Amino acid sequence: MTDRVLIRVEHLVKNFGKLQVLNDITEEVREGEVVSIIGPSGGGKSTFLRCLNLLEKPTSGRVFFDNVEITGRKVDIDRHRQKMGMVFQHFNVFPHLSVMDNITIAPILEKKVPKAAAEEKAMALLRQVGLQDKAGEFPGKLSGGQKQRLAIVRALAMEPEVILFDEPTSALDPEMVKDVLDVMKSLAGSGMTTVVVTHEMGFAREVSNRVLFMDGGTIAEQGTPEELFGNPKNPRTIEFLSKVL
Amino acid sequence: MSDIIKILEVYGMVFLQGLGGTLWVSFITVLLGTLLGTVIALMKMSKIRPLQWIVDIYVEVIRGTPVLLQLYFFWLGLPRLFPMLTLDETESVVLALIFNASAYIAEVIRAGIQAVDPGQTEAAKSLGMSDAHTMTRIVLPQAVKNILPALGNEFITMIKQTSLASVFFVNELTTSFKVVQSATFLVIQPLVISGMIYLVLNWSLSRLIRLLERRLRSND
Repeated sequence: MTDRVLIRVEHLVKNFGKLQVLNDITEEVREGEVVSIIGPSGGGKSTFLRCLNLLEKPTSGRVFFDNVEITGRKVDIDRHRQKMGMVFQHFNVFPHLSVMDNITIAPILEKKVPKAAAEEKAMALLRQVGLQDKAGEFPGKLSGGQKQRLAIVRALAMEPEVILFDEPTSALDPEMVKDVLDVMKSLAGSGMTTVVVTHEMGFAREVSNRVLFMDGGTIAEQGTPEELFGNPKNPRTIEFLSKVL
Repeated sequence: MSDIIKILEVYGMVFLQGLGGTLWVSFITVLLGTLLGTVIALMKMSKIRPLQWIVDIYVEVIRGTPVLLQLYFFWLGLPRLFPMLTLDETESVVLALIFNASAYIAEVIRAGIQAVDPGQTEAAKSLGMSDAHTMTRIVLPQAVKNILPALGNEFITMIKQTSLASVFFVNELTTSFKVVQSATFLVIQPLVISGMIYLVLNWSLSRLIRLLERRLRSND
């Protein structure tokens, strides 16, 4: 972990109609940090994550990426999103493209990487996650766990500086969760800045540097995994942890 | 049956010309109607409000009035509104059919695009793909599979609708029927001949579209 602040949000508010989902959140993520966000459903975890790359437009407040305000006007958001990978609960792999094309389409189109170089890089990444034999397949032939590993590789192919995981294992069959978590662990271990919304308490406890507990649209409590799991102070944290552990 | 053969011997050319007319009018209508329909669908999905309103009114007016009335409007109404516009019967009929088709096709295309999982757009955006690339490389190729079956039905409707041009004596198959009918005073035989040609035409088209659908689906 370094002192360089990669993501900073200031007074972030998000309303859906009359419902306030995020209530004045101010927070930072540093380079190399692995941050887990836990909490009950409806607490604003996913919305918070989706505000970081502006898939969700904040109602008010500011989001900075690498000291550039991306909520500002005249910001080329596409260019910033290229540095913020995202992995979704439902994979969202592109069903009409082969595994290889899923990975190379964005680097080739948006970063003008030559096709051969993009494919070489994609193969190396596929090897890392054990999908090298699937390069020519279409996603329809893959299992959920394989699709999610493909989605991770697709995000990594853009060489992002941070990767955002939105409940990456929630839609998986239990026996596939481990494969995906292993990939995430080795990624975090390699120093990749990671923000992950998760229900996997084991992952949050073992892998993250910092755990945020979100409830009612605020970060109700945060700390190192030891602090938050070992000695929670907020009654809502205590109640939540007593239910899930 | 022997009457039919006799009619074909004498009036075969009339039906052939009619078929040519129907094919030509259908082709132009399908092609330009689809192009215009795509533009209208994209306008409808744009974020510019006034554009959406104009498109809404356009689609509602065309879907809410009879196509025959629209043909009369283009044939009789337009020249009165714009006297410098000189269209012959065929041109005004074809123009009317194109505008009519575009409204229906716009709706088919819009529905097909909006049926693509929003997660696909989000994934493309999260990779930093531009709006244009997200639409052309991710959304549209998937929307085609939703659009094609409904578009096929639309094409068949359009081909059948060209028969309305016979009201204005534009050269096409139903006009051929009218010509032969009034020359021979026979009704059933020329009806059967025209009907059979339409049937073969539309049946072939629907087979072709089904074949295309199957090829597109082979990747799923």
